[in-house]
Amino acid sequence: MELKTKVNAEDGKQELLITREFELPVELLFKAYEDPEIVEQWMNTKVLKLENKKYGAWIFETSDPKGTFTFQMSGVFHEFIPNKKITRTFQMDNSPWDAQIEYMEFESLTADTSKLTMHIVYRSVDDRDGMLKRGMGKGMSMAHDRLQEIVEKLK
Amino acid sequence: MNLRRDVFQAIADPTRRAILLLVASQAMTAGAIAANFDTARPTVSKHLQILTECELLEQEQNGREIYYHLNANKMKEIAEFIEPFRKLWDDRFNKLEEIMKNYKPKK
Repeated sequence: MELKTKVNAEDGKQELLITREFELPVELLFKAYEDPEIVEQWMNTKVLKLENKKYGAWIFETSDPKGTFTFQMSGVFHEFIPNKKITRTFQMDNSPWDAQIEYMEFESLTADTSKLTMHIVYRSVDDRDGMLKRGMGKGMSMAHDRLQEIVEKLK
Repeated sequence: MNLRRDVFQAIADPTRRAILLLVASQAMTAGAIAANFDTARPTVSKHLQILTECELLEQEQNGREIYYHLNANKMKEIAEFIEPFRKLWDDRFNKLEEIMKNYKPKK
């Protein structure tokens, strides 16, 4: 089965590319980025601010599943072109990582399908790899360590 | 609904990890792999099927035999942490798609 969401992170580069095709018209795909109530649902976050315009700011606040701590993510829009493109900065508060810049391009494929290309540029290769690891839960991390052992044997 | 196999679930199983270690050195047939385990042959076949579905193993026809070998690229991809990150975004985008398919504009 072809994977719907693809991530391309080349070795030694401080950027990555996420692509995804949707069974949605491009207008609906863009709407999911534009409407704070909808963003809250699929990003599983609280939207404190979402100023959809050039130089507008955005702030999201997310809690861990138990609600014991919360963290904020925020940034500024540099471009906001409906149904076409969003350029924004992204930074996690109280994290060791500097701000990253995100280019999101929205493309209409057919009347009912669309494509999103998300190009993220980090300050350094270490920042990029650190962000990649952040997505892992504890169980995943343990399984991952075992996998690492097998990969080590490949070398 | 039958969800796509999760690679991390796949490698959480000790037998499946042992299979990966075994074929890491050379391509092997299902029979040769099964000979290394006390478990029943159909159980080993099931493990091979799961590992193949996760793209950790690849099948190669050689004459009448099917050989299993390790998909080193996939293994490295996962080891480089891309897979959990990809899955995180895949889950988010699946949710986005589902929400927007049912979206009714407010009048």
